[in-house]
Amino acid sequence: MITSNPRHLRGSYDVIVVGGGPAGLEAAVAAQEAGADHVLVVDREPEAGGILLQCIHCGFGLHRFGEELTGPEYAQRVVKQALAHRIDIVTDAFVLDIDLQRRVKLMTREEGVSLVEARAVVLAMGARERTRAAARIPGARPAGVFTAGMAQRLVNLYGWLPGRRAAILGSGDIGLIMARRLTLEGVEVAGVFELMPHPNGLNRNIVQCLHDFDIPLHLSTTVVEIHGHNRVEKVTVAPVDGDLRPQMERAWEVECDTLLVSIGLIPENELSEQLRLRMDPVTRGPVVTSAMECSLNGVFACGNVVHIHDLVDFVSAEAMLAGRSAGLFAIGAPLRPDNVRLLPGENVAYCVPHTISTEREHTVYMRTRRILEGCRLRLVAPDGRIVYEKRLRYVFPAEMVNLKLKPAILQHFHDDALRIDIVGRSAER
Amino acid sequence: MLFDVLIIGGGIVGCAIARELSRYRLEVALCEKEVEVGFGTTKANSGIIHGGHHAAPETLKGRLEWEGNQLWDDLAADLGFGFARVGELTVALHEEQLPVLDRLLHHAAVKRIPGVERWEPARIRSEEPALSHDILAAVYAPTTAVVNPYEACYALAENAVQNGVTLLTGLPVRRLHQKDDLWEVVTPGAYLASRFVINAAGLYADVIAAMAGVQTFTIHPRKGEEYLLDKRLRGLVKRVIFPCPSPVSKGILIIPTYDGTIMVGPTAEDVHDRTDLTTSARGAQTVFDAVRRLAPGIHEKDVIAQFAGLRAAADGEDFIIGPTAKRGFINVAGIQSPGLTAAPAIARRVVELLRDERLKLELRDDFIAKRPAPIHFAALSTQEQIALALRDPRYRRIVCRCEIVTEGEVLDAIARGACTLDGVKFRTRAGMGRCQGGFCTIRCMELLARARQLPMTAVTKRGPGSWLVCARTEEEKASAT
Repeated sequence: MITSNPRHLRGSYDVIVVGGGPAGLEAAVAAQEAGADHVLVVDREPEAGGILLQCIHCGFGLHRFGEELTGPEYAQRVVKQALAHRIDIVTDAFVLDIDLQRRVKLMTREEGVSLVEARAVVLAMGARERTRAAARIPGARPAGVFTAGMAQRLVNLYGWLPGRRAAILGSGDIGLIMARRLTLEGVEVAGVFELMPHPNGLNRNIVQCLHDFDIPLHLSTTVVEIHGHNRVEKVTVAPVDGDLRPQMERAWEVECDTLLVSIGLIPENELSEQLRLRMDPVTRGPVVTSAMECSLNGVFACGNVVHIHDLVDFVSAEAMLAGRSAGLFAIGAPLRPDNVRLLPGENVAYCVPHTISTEREHTVYMRTRRILEGCRLRLVAPDGRIVYEKRLRYVFPAEMVNLKLKPAILQHFHDDALRIDIVGRSAER
Repeated sequence: MLFDVLIIGGGIVGCAIARELSRYRLEVALCEKEVEVGFGTTKANSGIIHGGHHAAPETLKGRLEWEGNQLWDDLAADLGFGFARVGELTVALHEEQLPVLDRLLHHAAVKRIPGVERWEPARIRSEEPALSHDILAAVYAPTTAVVNPYEACYALAENAVQNGVTLLTGLPVRRLHQKDDLWEVVTPGAYLASRFVINAAGLYADVIAAMAGVQTFTIHPRKGEEYLLDKRLRGLVKRVIFPCPSPVSKGILIIPTYDGTIMVGPTAEDVHDRTDLTTSARGAQTVFDAVRRLAPGIHEKDVIAQFAGLRAAADGEDFIIGPTAKRGFINVAGIQSPGLTAAPAIARRVVELLRDERLKLELRDDFIAKRPAPIHFAALSTQEQIALALRDPRYRRIVCRCEIVTEGEVLDAIARGACTLDGVKFRTRAGMGRCQGGFCTIRCMELLARARQLPMTAVTKRGPGSWLVCARTEEEKASAT
């Protein structure tokens, strides 16, 4: 993998991008194409490319590049593109702080700690994994409890096996992919246990990672206790009732030396919180405009730091938008304002961006709360009038819903808020 | 190896005794069964230096509590560990608890603890706005402090070693024999002999006493579960918040830890298994039900880590400190709360006991009182960070993103004795933040492997059996051949 560490940092940049994953790299290129001359990408890993570098499986890039790539291949393309645009990428570096004047406190291997000015900042820090503590799994605290992503990193980037027999809590995509990966490495996977009545990962991963390898998936089941003094020895699992309460009388024990936890991602917003950006309590990312601008002028965000995406291709699209806006802001070009707030309504957990303009075309990303079939997605005016309606065959929480919103749809809409509902028949057991 | 004094148990008490004895011209050994000191009860301690007014003045622990409290400022200054007198409030939620507050005020008056006073609701609300409006009154004590218990333990051990104490870790004591004027101490790795043996073996103090043939008490492990909350709740309370205590426990507290996180707990549950460090759904429920009565805004969803520790309670609930029927064998047992607070005073008492037993105590003139404090990069000012990173390239790489711990700090911790992931974590905070090691675990494993020249498969979480990786992947095996 190629990266470029600039020999010397400048004292100021037009745009500083925090995070050198696909979001950050795409944003950097877009910022430069929009007119920003000096763009710096800061990444804390030894190589740029983000979490894609450890995702050695296929399934990336169909939308973005029109072909199926592995994670490292996708990463290589965006890194190469950034280098071709002469973007400065500094790796093994860390943004310690950003102040309200967009002064960035930076740590690099070459220069130590320095303060660098930025006309615009793009937050592209990605996400971190929810941990065992977040799920409050009781029991002992032995070695051998890993988040699925950390296990993936150990296996794919460092070449170490985390154990010999694993149980997996949570059917998130990383957990499913690791079930297959460990099986291929000769590690026995005792089963995947999912609290909810439906899988939490993409359907293709259920089929390709579990069914094809005869790995059992236990829905409505969770880990209720971890055993083992030094190393995991076994876990107790139990089915849950309709209110997700474990039914201990039906519990059983699973012998294993490893427990992988794949129970979701949380946007990594330490810097956003330091900047006191307005946050969305559902996405746990910053509130953004249609230009991907946060509540502080000149600060933009894209990718998993805003909300958790299921495809990197959509991250790229969002990042290009954020980068372009940051570039324009940096050269002093005015960003056109939004005039409508989007409000998540029935069955809609959240929608991003949080505001739009009736004058421009937008892609709105959202997630449903429940599995529904035969649905209608509706845009509803404050007076209850349905402004727009679209049929969707099937929606479920693990798959993001995208809505292309053209100005024509909102031609006769003059209010300041629009509610999004998704109604349909419940398809849950 | 022949020693004047051999201390069994490297918890906060054993380490405090070792450091106190290192002031004298003596051959002292500290023998710990775990691979690092502080890995027993100490690591799960709540980290409170109690105000001095909780335990009744007529008990031994009541006297040592206040005596110990007053020794901590100098100790923290000399040894360079975090310590802050944040104060505490003991709050009454019901009319029938009000006499408890009077009793605490009475204890404070008898022990002459300065500044302890009663607060009425208006004062409580203005000083601690997160607390429940149901609180009727409180007793405020400015003398209560918070400390990082394992940091204090490491500091004491390091300073003891600086002054010539022999630290033997990973060495469980199997048998004790008295032969003439010597105690023979049999361990799997070494044969040791000492004139005096100090039994500071915590949860196993009764087992060690039995080996010496003086089985006069039993240790009853009492479990406490603790829950650490996300850093964004920093400042929720400024002082340690106590409910009114019950006869067996000080109750479930809200603790603003020295490191800036909020910790809630502990529970108090008698258990039989001395290795049972499990947390439970019931324990979590108990803790959160209790603390919500004190501060209604606290919520389980903010938990970033949970753990349990075992208090080494002896029959009768008081400390057992003193000589035994066997000459040269001294018990320091039953050190439950306020054991951390009392530890420096216990150490002084042990010195007096040894003097009474006619051990010749001569002060050394080359005693080094100060330990060079480890650097905590995150706590430095920007200018200090810039200067440090300029001087030393090891401070130009972040190992733990949540707590902002640099490579230099991790390497320093290893140089000071950390040989496990937990040892690095307790010394540097790497892995203690909200991602719970997701980012730093592999980095710390690599640094441990490199600095200690271990294969990755030999890097452990907390010693033998707690391995982290077991074998190479197929691809690595193929590329290696």
